[in-house]
Amino acid sequence: MVIFDNLPLYLEAFLQTLALLLLTTVLALPLGAVIAAMRISPIGSLRATATVYTEILRNTPLVLVFIFCFVVLPILGVILPFMFSAVLALTLYTAPFFAEAIRSGINGVPVGQAEAARSIGMTFGQTVTLVVLPQAIRSVIPPIINVMIALTKNTSIAGGFFIFELFNSGRRLVNENGDQVILALVGVAAFYLLITIPLGQLADFLERRVVIRR
Amino acid sequence: MTSVLYDVPGPKAKVRARVISWITGLIVLALLAYTGLTLWQKGMWDPTRWDIFNDPLVWAVLLRGLVVVLQSALVATVLALLLGMVFALLRMSSHRAIRIPTTIVLEFFRGMPVLLMMLFILLAFPGVSAFWAVVSALAVYNGAIIGEALRSGVVALPKGQREAGLAIGLRPLQARLLIEFPQAFRTMLPIIVAQIVVLLKDTALGYIVGQVALIREGELLAEFVGRQQYFFSIFLVMLAMYLVINLTISTIARQLAKRRGFTVSKVVADESMSAAT
Repeated sequence: MVIFDNLPLYLEAFLQTLALLLLTTVLALPLGAVIAAMRISPIGSLRATATVYTEILRNTPLVLVFIFCFVVLPILGVILPFMFSAVLALTLYTAPFFAEAIRSGINGVPVGQAEAARSIGMTFGQTVTLVVLPQAIRSVIPPIINVMIALTKNTSIAGGFFIFELFNSGRRLVNENGDQVILALVGVAAFYLLITIPLGQLADFLERRVVIRR
Repeated sequence: MTSVLYDVPGPKAKVRARVISWITGLIVLALLAYTGLTLWQKGMWDPTRWDIFNDPLVWAVLLRGLVVVLQSALVATVLALLLGMVFALLRMSSHRAIRIPTTIVLEFFRGMPVLLMMLFILLAFPGVSAFWAVVSALAVYNGAIIGEALRSGVVALPKGQREAGLAIGLRPLQARLLIEFPQAFRTMLPIIVAQIVVLLKDTALGYIVGQVALIREGELLAEFVGRQQYFFSIFLVMLAMYLVINLTISTIARQLAKRRGFTVSKVVADESMSAAT
């Protein structure tokens, strides 16, 4: 059967998908935090910059971002390794979504918490570090995981751009096993679900925990 | 919340904020200007890179691609709405034997990339054109998400709505279709419209499975007229086309949300978030 015969190939591709997911998360999450901070900052020009960036990236198809990194940049003389370009495209695209997730998490802390901290005489620094952030971090995690789930699915686009990850392994296996097309692709889907379903469960679990704690 | 965190800024703090705002604004503008200048030095704004757009044939090719994008999106949207209703019905069925398998299948649909689904349909059903592979994968995937939104819309309705329907002698299916769905649809409209933007963006995936739509047309055009020279400008035009359409629909979605004074229930918000990417 095609799935068991090609287990090493699947695993190699699976690890590549995981690498894309983790590298992008590590880069896009801090960038998203910066964008989120810019969007709630009292400085108008920072707010405007972050908003324009978010609006453009959120309304552009990811394929077009990939084409920018893989075709347009080389034309401009910027030639990057494929893996680097793929992570760059995914990072540019995912950062605004992380920013939205972080913003919604921070907004999820009830205003009363900050008001209470202020009314017992805490300074701005104390209010933020001792009261708001500890609660925000907890409520920020489930939406961040949800963005990671979407990101996992988006890494498949890298398969269309020379990266040998799960989607691309599916294409190769289909070429080599024309008689077992369905099985080969179901195997690929199973590996994706191996990432997305546990992440989804984790998000649900954490979400329930957050609700109970409050 | 910002104003809760610190005292209202006084005249000094206000001046400082404005100065910082100007300075950072100038830095951003300087960066943009630098990028533009670098591109200019590379000759990217040179008329020889843009003169193809004087040719109506070039526009005809790009618009032909754009029409395919809009066609795919339109057909997929209609199918996704219908499928969404079917999925929601099955998912809320009173029979376990229907409800549980549907839940599993929907979870499966939402957990795997649309791109993989496109490839699957293209290869598993011989004779299906790239257009229909793209459209049906988009319809199934977005149908699963719209179905989920409809379901949470129905769950959020007061129980009395369904009970009243049943009390005046409607059959359960009639009560769903005539009483609950129209209301759920209306409360979930902003989410559904936002999902349509996602669907429109995802039509671009057709490029990878070999559908000839806007991006592919642009690429072929660039091959024809000289990629090194013209792809940059063609890329910018394609980007602008996508942005104009998506921003228009996004604005409509936002207006709808605002007019309804809409607060999305948490579950659904996360659903659309994960889909939105």
